[in-house]
Formats: sequence, C-alpha cells, structure tokens
Amino acid sequence: MTNVCEMLERSAAKFPDKVAFSDPRESITFSQLMTDSQKIACRFLLTCGMTGNSRSVLFFMEKCVKAMPVMFAGAYCSAFYCFVDIRQSDERVLSIIRRVTPNVVVTDEENRERLEKIAPGLEYFLVEEITDKNELDNAEIDRGLLANAKKDHTDTRPLYVNFTSGSTGEPKGVAVGHASVMDFIEVFTKEFGISDKDVIANQAPFDFDVSVKDIYSGIYTGATVRLIPREYFKNPTLLMDYLCDGKVTVLIWAVTAMCFVSIMNGFDYRCPDKLRLVMFSGEVMPIKQLNKWRKHVPGAIYVNLYGPTEITCNCTFHVITRDYELDESIPIGRPFCNEKVFLLDENDELISIYNHQKEGEICVCGTCLALGYFRDMKKTEEVFVRNPLNNDWYERMYRTGDLGKYDRFGDLHYTSRKDHQIKHMGQRVELSDIDVSANAVDGVSRSCCIYDHKKSRIILFYTGDIEKDALSDKLKEKLPEFMVPNKTIKLDEFPVNKNGKIDRKALEELK
Amino acid sequence: MDELLELLKDVRDDVDFENCESLIDDGILASFDILQIIAAINEEFDVEIPATSIIPANFNSAKAMMALITKLQED
Repeated sequence: MTNVCEMLERSAAKFPDKVAFSDPRESITFSQLMTDSQKIACRFLLTCGMTGNSRSVLFFMEKCVKAMPVMFAGAYCSAFYCFVDIRQSDERVLSIIRRVTPNVVVTDEENRERLEKIAPGLEYFLVEEITDKNELDNAEIDRGLLANAKKDHTDTRPLYVNFTSGSTGEPKGVAVGHASVMDFIEVFTKEFGISDKDVIANQAPFDFDVSVKDIYSGIYTGATVRLIPREYFKNPTLLMDYLCDGKVTVLIWAVTAMCFVSIMNGFDYRCPDKLRLVMFSGEVMPIKQLNKWRKHVPGAIYVNLYGPTEITCNCTFHVITRDYELDESIPIGRPFCNEKVFLLDENDELISIYNHQKEGEICVCGTCLALGYFRDMKKTEEVFVRNPLNNDWYERMYRTGDLGKYDRFGDLHYTSRKDHQIKHMGQRVELSDIDVSANAVDGVSRSCCIYDHKKSRIILFYTGDIEKDALSDKLKEKLPEFMVPNKTIKLDEFPVNKNGKIDRKALEELK
Repeated sequence: MDELLELLKDVRDDVDFENCESLIDDGILASFDILQIIAAINEEFDVEIPATSIIPANFNSAKAMMALITKLQED
C-alpha cells in the first residue's frame, strides 16, 4: 500500500454497508465514503488544477461527516489536506492560507461569511454543495483520471499538514506522509486489538493529530468512528448520552477532555459501560481524575500515550496496571513497534536504560517521522537531524525538545521541556510566541509570559503605557483563543538577573 | 458574590463577568474555561455541581452561577 485510500478500499470491500463515520446529524458507510471520495476527487482533478508538488485541500470549518469524503478526495488526488482551527484569529488563519496556497478551499454555510472577510476573493467550495446527494448520485467516476493522479504518488508524499504554535509568531505546519500514518496505524491497532467490532468516539478536532488515530484506525480496521461536536464539551449530559447511546468502546482522547468528564461529574449522570479501552495523551494525566475514571469505568484498560505531532501521533505507551499515588508520575512507557525512542544527554551521548538518574532529550527514529515543517526548511533542519549515534548510514532523527528519564523498570518518564514550550488546553504553546505578539503591540515596551502549572494559567507581564484591557483586546485579535493570557499584569520595570535577562523566577513571585 | 467574581477573574481577567449575560451563548467562555470555573467553584464553595446542572442557562452570567451555588449549598 502506498496511499491511505487503499486502506479505505479494502474496508469498503470487506464492510461495504457498515457505518464508517457518524455525527449527530448523519452517517456514511464505507462503500459510500469510497465512491463519494472518488467522485469528488474526479471533480477536483478536472476543475481545480490538481497538479504540482504541493497540491492541497484546505478546510475552514468544524469536523463533520460531510468533510470525510472531501478529505479522502484530496488523498485520491495525492494532495494533502489541512484543517484550520476556526477559533484562531483572522490574522493567523490568513497566514496559514498564505503559507499553504491551497488548490481547493472548503468551508460550510456557517463559516463562509467569515472566510470571505478574512480572504476576500478567495475561491471556495461549500461542503454542503460538493457532497450534495443528488449531484453525487449523478456524477461519474473516471478511473483513468484517478489512475493518472496516482502517477507521481509515493508514500512519502504528505497526507496532511497540521499547524502548531511556532516560536517566531508564525504558525508551524507539520507535514506527515502516507507511509508514516499507515505504518503507525497498523502497529497501533494491532497493539490494542482494535477491530471492526469497536466504536471509536472521536473527541479531537481534525487540526489536531490525535484525530488521526481515530480516523485511520476506523478506516483500517472497519471500526465505526463517531465524531463528537466541540459543543458537547460544554455540556456533559449531551456528551454522556452520545457516548452511552452510541455504544462507544474506545476513547483516544486528550487529557483535557478526559478531565472534562470527571470534573463535570459526568459519571453520576450516566456511565458508558461498553467502554473497553481508554487512551489519553497531550498532557500529564492528573492522577485524581484518572482515579475517578477507573472507579466509574473499572472494566476498561487505560493507556497513557506520548508523542509530538512530528513523529505521527505517538511513539511510546504505557498500560496502567496499578493504582498511583496522587504525587506519582505515570510513565510514558516504552516505544511502539517499529519506532526507536531514546535519550541523548547534553553531549549527544546515549543514556542507558539502566541509568535512573540522568535526564536527557527524548529522540525518535523510524518511518513515523514527519516529513518536516511545510515550507520551512530552516526549522526542519534544526530538529530533524542525522542521528549522531549512527555513523554507518544516514538515519533521520527527531529531537522532541522534551526531557525524560528512565525508572527502575526501564520505563520512560516525561520530566519537562528544554525550552519555554508548554501544554495549555491540550495545545502546544511556545510562550515566546505570545511575547512576540505582545511586543508587536503599540504601547508595549517589553513583555514576558510565564505559566502557572498548578492552575494551568498563562500570565503575561509587560511594561509600557498601554492599559491592560486594551492589550488583552489586541492579543485576542492576533492569537488563537488558547494562547490568550488568562491574566495580564503591568509592571513598572522587569526584574532582571545579573546578565540583564528577565528573571523568570522573580516573575513567579509576582503572579 | 465577590468571592465568585474574584474566582472568575482569576480564570479569565479579560471578561466582564459582572455585566455579561451570555457567557456561554455568545461563546465567550470556551470549554476549558468552564472546566476551570467548575473545578474552582467545587473547591472554593465546597459543592459538587452535578452534570445535569452544567447547562448554558446556569453559566451564562455570574448571577446565574451564584444562584446555582446557593441552591447547591442549601440542598
């Protein structure tokens, strides 16, 4: 196999009338998904100039069943897709559109007006219109056209590009190839025995790579994937009804979403008793919340997953087999099959798995490595490097920037970040990214963000003559919601250390 | 009420909690904000907000949140 569409074709042959994806409004079967994708692909190939190295389909909408055949249509054209987080500021959305220069832009009735405002004159399709049943029923599949699109395809072409926060204030697009996804999904579904009997409830938005596990585990095994609308994570009874009535068996969620259910006392309302597998990633799981889950859904297996977008979803996992004290850390565990995960010290020397003292940077090798940052060779070369331990052939290695340590069982633990990157609301945030945006605001002379890990709050300190409310308003225009500081504090001057650098420790005291 | 406003300010100091009546309906609070608010209320006011009470009507304004807390404390 060289394209994820072949996984779809296989499942469509095996489970033609089984539901592949559903949302509260509608559902689509595997065979329908395949034919609709092929028909839409033909339309794109005929009318959208789907040629060139970086042909792409960009989505400006929330995830839904209607988007699925359009995503696979992109893959049939050997184009990558890119979901844009619509909660981001206009400025940031525009900078992503400019970076991607998509051949096809897809939005829906709800978001078209805003898209027109952000990018006047940009041509787009309405998802309601391209997936219109009457139109698709009458459309033909031109096999020759599809075969032609395959000609320059290799499994090292990108399948999707996901944008994350970047340290220069510019969003950073991680490009992941077909081979990485097919390789990981095969290993992942095998490891946890995910099959066509499973029902996966998708929590993550599609601009977030946690969703890749849901989408392609379903496509690969024939499991049904139920998409949970974002709004359900403001309303626990709606969410619990959806999970219970949908007979969901597998959750692959962000830690924040897991906490939502337990903190909102969702289990007192209803318990999803069909759950057999609960996996979480993105942040350190608070033991208190994990315990609530295990108490209310005792039959499920719980798995801690670890890995940044750059290595395709996850590279290590740990199955929870015992109770944890509130101050203990759950291991991120051991590597998935076909991935090499190891620690390098500050001199790029390997740290032995038997060394429980020394902390090192978590580094990864294997097919799972992303292709790099889209249209940013400089950033790519900084972190996708040659493995310094291998002098025998060119082995690509990704430096995660995460620090880790082994325990006495040889399990890996995440300890902290090398830089000022933090995880906030399940999203990666470079604190310096916020500083750059704040510094660019008129009336700000200097700024610095710190993170209150205990309360999960971003706190921005600044000097200058702008009022803090005015600064907040400006930042809301520039930054995605999850990056806007929770608290803004004006200072007369910054505390500095002897080198003249801002003293972050002293700022901690001021919060 | 002051205690509640203090707590809300701590979660998001850029929102006018005193006057806003459509915190949820207008999408001013994201689900992560609500999560933080509920965790803080549970702790500060020593109540357990049941899932069935977590609906927009109870979180659209500080006043509505206060009414919910008072009701839970009386129960």
